[in-house]
Amino acid sequence: MTLQEVIFAVLGLVGIGAALRLVTARNVVHAALYLVVALATVAGVYLLLAAEFVAWVQILIYVGAIVVLLLFSLMLTRAPIGREALDNQQRGISAVVGVIVLAGLVFLIQDAFAGSPPLVLQRARTAPIGVELFSTFVLPFEVVSYLLLAALVGAIVLARRDES
Amino acid sequence: MIRLPLVLFFSAALFAIGVYGVLARRNAVLVLMSIELMLNAVNVNLVAFSQVWQETAQTGQVLGSQALAGQVFALFVITVAAAEVGIGLAIVILIFRNRETINIDEVNLLKW
Repeated sequence: MTLQEVIFAVLGLVGIGAALRLVTARNVVHAALYLVVALATVAGVYLLLAAEFVAWVQILIYVGAIVVLLLFSLMLTRAPIGREALDNQQRGISAVVGVIVLAGLVFLIQDAFAGSPPLVLQRARTAPIGVELFSTFVLPFEVVSYLLLAALVGAIVLARRDES
Repeated sequence: MIRLPLVLFFSAALFAIGVYGVLARRNAVLVLMSIELMLNAVNVNLVAFSQVWQETAQTGQVLGSQALAGQVFALFVITVAAAEVGIGLAIVILIFRNRETINIDEVNLLKW
């Protein structure tokens, strides 16, 4: 195993452990904090895969914005404590479905990529990504900005109290 | 140097845990968090395959301009996830205001 693989294994185990605690936590605020750990390890994986810009966007948007949004909505709604209050009755069958999904994916990956040579990581600088974003992908970029605007207006309209 | 299946296994595990969370949780905010896990798993895959393409771009099998498509797609997915969380949480707060609960199995007004 190379050094990169060792670091990746550590990051991956921490991330998977945090994700498991996220879906089994008894307290919703603890679940949100485990989500922070899982998202941060994913950002570490991006850094390890030499995708620097995506890693910092992940930290800014996910850890900085989305988790704060989730914590605010937890504060505004009643957050009960305990597994029975947070989980439904289908825990067993959900675990079976999850294991089946995992087994299927692992089988497919093993089947398709088992013999592929190891990746020699290329550093992706931010400038080429920006050039790509504003040349090849400029139409999707505009569509996504329109979607964000629509979501912003929609969220305000939905969450606003009616004055009448 | 890193083996590609290792990264893909990590992403598959995150995705499966997200699937379990969506199916087993009844608090709407926790369901949204599990959806975030699944979106992140997809992004890990996109970034990993972007590395594969950057490698093949050097041998000329893939156009150089396509080599970073995976990372750009990951950025788009992050943006759409942000929009989705914003709308989802607005709906959750609206439901809580009307029904005093955000347990998705108790919000069954449209259930036949």
